[in-house]
Amino acid sequence: MSSEVLNSWILTLVTFIPLAGGLLLMLVPRRHRDIRVFSLVVTLLTFALSLHLPVHLHRFQQGFQYEVNAQWITSPNIHYHMGVDGFSMWLVVLTTFLTPLCVLISWNSIQERVKEFFILLLILESSLIGVFTSLDLFLFYFFWEATLIPMALLIGMYGHGRKVYAAVKFFLYTMVASVFMLAAILWLYAKVGSFDFVTIQNAIRNGQVENFGAAATWLFLGFFVAFAVKVPLFPVHTWLPDAHVEAPTAGSVLLAGVLLKMGTYGMLRFNVGLFPQQARQNAPWIAVLALIGIVYGALVAMVQPNMKKLIAYSSISHLGFVVLGIFSFTASGLDGAEFVMLAHGVSTGALFMLAGILYERRHTYEISEFGGLATPMPIYAALFLFIVLSSVGLPLLNGFIGEFLVLSGAFMAKAWWGILGATGVIWSAGYLLWMYQRVFYGKLTHEANMRLPDLSGREKAALWPAAVAALAMGVMPLIWLNGIDPAAQVALAPFAQLASKVVGR
Amino acid sequence: MNFTPQAIPQAIDYVRFLPEIVLSLFGLAIMLLDPVLDEDSSQKILGGLALIGTIAGLAATLYMAQYPGLAFWNMIRVEGFSVFFHFLILTIAAVVILTSYEYMVVQRIRGGEYYALILFGVVGMMLMSSAVELVLIFIALEISSISTYILAGFRLREASSSESSIKYFLLGSFATAFFLYGVALMFGATGSTNILVISQALQSRASVLAYLAVALMFVGLGFKVASAPFHVWTPDVYEGAPAPIVGLMSTGPKAAVFAVLLRIIFEANAPGRFWLIWVSAALSMSIGNVSALVQNNVKRLLAYSSIAHAGYLLMAFAASPVMGTSAAMFYTAAYAAMNVGAFAVVTHFASYGERYVTLEDYSGLGRRSPLLAATLTVFLLSLIGIPMTGGFFAKFYVFSAALKAGLVGLTIIGVINSAVGAYYYLRIIVVMYMREPREETPVAPVPAALGAALAISLIATIYLGVLPGRVLTYAQRSADELVQRSVAPNLTLSPTPAQAVSTPLKAWR
Repeated sequence: MSSEVLNSWILTLVTFIPLAGGLLLMLVPRRHRDIRVFSLVVTLLTFALSLHLPVHLHRFQQGFQYEVNAQWITSPNIHYHMGVDGFSMWLVVLTTFLTPLCVLISWNSIQERVKEFFILLLILESSLIGVFTSLDLFLFYFFWEATLIPMALLIGMYGHGRKVYAAVKFFLYTMVASVFMLAAILWLYAKVGSFDFVTIQNAIRNGQVENFGAAATWLFLGFFVAFAVKVPLFPVHTWLPDAHVEAPTAGSVLLAGVLLKMGTYGMLRFNVGLFPQQARQNAPWIAVLALIGIVYGALVAMVQPNMKKLIAYSSISHLGFVVLGIFSFTASGLDGAEFVMLAHGVSTGALFMLAGILYERRHTYEISEFGGLATPMPIYAALFLFIVLSSVGLPLLNGFIGEFLVLSGAFMAKAWWGILGATGVIWSAGYLLWMYQRVFYGKLTHEANMRLPDLSGREKAALWPAAVAALAMGVMPLIWLNGIDPAAQVALAPFAQLASKVVGR
Repeated sequence: MNFTPQAIPQAIDYVRFLPEIVLSLFGLAIMLLDPVLDEDSSQKILGGLALIGTIAGLAATLYMAQYPGLAFWNMIRVEGFSVFFHFLILTIAAVVILTSYEYMVVQRIRGGEYYALILFGVVGMMLMSSAVELVLIFIALEISSISTYILAGFRLREASSSESSIKYFLLGSFATAFFLYGVALMFGATGSTNILVISQALQSRASVLAYLAVALMFVGLGFKVASAPFHVWTPDVYEGAPAPIVGLMSTGPKAAVFAVLLRIIFEANAPGRFWLIWVSAALSMSIGNVSALVQNNVKRLLAYSSIAHAGYLLMAFAASPVMGTSAAMFYTAAYAAMNVGAFAVVTHFASYGERYVTLEDYSGLGRRSPLLAATLTVFLLSLIGIPMTGGFFAKFYVFSAALKAGLVGLTIIGVINSAVGAYYYLRIIVVMYMREPREETPVAPVPAALGAALAISLIATIYLGVLPGRVLTYAQRSADELVQRSVAPNLTLSPTPAQAVSTPLKAWR
């Protein structure tokens, strides 16, 4: 197939191949090995196809690429409109990159209802990709809601401990919040007569939406609430630790790696894209919430006795950086925000996999249960350290680039934002390295830890790609940033106008 | 005395009445065959015959659709609107018959009149959707109601089923009396019982009598669709009646009565309807959803859910005629698909004597019978109104019709209610997938007939959710047709036999 033809089909293929795989899986007999191999093949195929996106992207071209736009339903006016820019493209690749790793990490840990697990995982992948590729607000909302069901089922069916509580809490929190977004979407549809993102954006820019001035702040908040819960921003973060602690490993990886990014992506695409003025007006208090999230998340992470909860709170802290970057309204802030999203997806995804590997062996996440693990599991310890360092933000690894860009953007916006945000980097070094020390160094105190087996080949296969990606993103960030920057410029374009208007007056 | 030529029904009249004729014949055939057959074979043959009957009815509907117009002295009108409901009701009946097939064997109930009664009931429902004469509507309503009264008591060994039947019968007759009273008053107010004439008369002048008539008719019909405050019978009746019959009762007669309501409200342009409907819709949604929250019996839960859905549907009746009518038509179709499907699963799972109908019995169903659980999940998600299911667009069209008509308050009540509603449907899903089964009760394998019933409902639910365009366009076209007539009536009614006879008589005098 020539790349021209593929260009118009690629997003459809990448989005729906996992779903098709999931549906096919329903027909496969319940032989566990075949199901796992099949899922791995499907997810790898999706990943391979998704690489087409960055390879053939016109790097310095602004606007959406690989677009498909076809009428789907005439009343209401819904289009099958898909397309990606630098922001969404990398998130698609992140999703397709993490899912095969999730399949590998769940290979042995899921022993019951294996078929359903992989069906749910594949459906989840499809809906996650759909969130990032859809440019029709209706389609977006559909995929947004569609991620909820498989995720809640993954937590509720395969989690541990208070899994039902966690699943229901997760579902209700995000579902209730997204009702506000639906209301805003329907308002826009009523006024513009289209769900199309580009159409609505143009209508707003050209002032063709009646009553927009009065409603704009409410619309902005409608979208913002839905995204803030997903991120999660302080003070609506309380579902996250519960969901993470009880979720199965693969669920945690996708939850932290991709699901949270739906929130920050939504802020970038819709809050900033559709309501630039309102975004700017509301930036001060949002930035303050983000800063609280950075510091609060880090401080709470510091005192967690549970390894998984610690990583969960560290996510709140890291996502605070993303929000801070977005609402700094500088090019480096936006570039950095996107880069932190990707870096956090890789490193925290890997951290959850590492924690899951330990759980498989010991059935606990309590840090106090461990100590001195470097002796029985040297390879595991080394990889763990590598990932911890990437998450901490060591130069030459992925965490550093994003946080550096966000902080420099924040400094440009308001100096004290940058100063406070920078403390977050120090905190993260504190809690992660302290956790590492308590788990891997010191004396082997517990009997059960003496003879823990080191990583198996399959586990290595799940972890190495993440480690390599962390290094590559740290050493050659331009590969990613070249795609991201044009999108950031587009997002910032209205602000140049705003600024010039202010000067002109 | 000689009848004038107009007094004799033409062939075209029978064509426009064909589905009703076909089903009546099949129903009679089943009644006649029943005593001849022995118990084992009666089940298979009569069930099959009933199914063939509905399929023949569908074919007859398609044939009838090519000949739109009035029949039998302006008592019946074949048009897009009535064809839509014929089609819907027949499909519901086919699915219910497919569901009953296994149920009758498991419950050890003899087939026979059961299937015949379903067919007779369907005749009444179909007639309701095409009748434009209030007296005929009343007769059709009675045909369908009496059949369902009897069907509700078909679990002969259960006291609760008899209770259900008697309760339904007593309250139902009471409500029908209200309707009849309303018809009488309407005749007093306008001098006619023909909707087309009434519509004309009401356009020029609406007296107090007409307001009263509309209110009384609404009470009667409100009872039949289980809208608050006339809903009290619903949970008890649904709990006691055989599960497949509940699937029928909650969709078929409801669709037909909604068709009647649409005709009375929009075609006849009923006066004073706004607050009547506003209050009833708001009450139905709120009472239905809040009461469903605490139910532990799945049949009762779905009963309250059907009250809530009647409330959403009624919202459309307060909207503007064309948008309201098309939204309501779409809703009845989507609701029928998902509710009949849900009851089919409940039927299969209930087992002998309907032992397993509480929420606890569903725990671990996701593990014991993954396919059945997944199917039920789709129906429940559709009842919640998740996108890509019929339930979503149904709600979407109704809410947007209400918003377009400026019913902001009612829409807000509706949206809040759908959020509340999500909770109890999700409870079933949570129980199915996340709770361990209390005891390992085996789930019987799904027989072919039930599989077909589930497949039809599932495909319809998803089709309406993914490609709602065709059905909606059809509904809009028929709504246009219906409303246009009421706005600009261009009536040339041929005389009825009584008139045809009496006019020459008068001249002769």
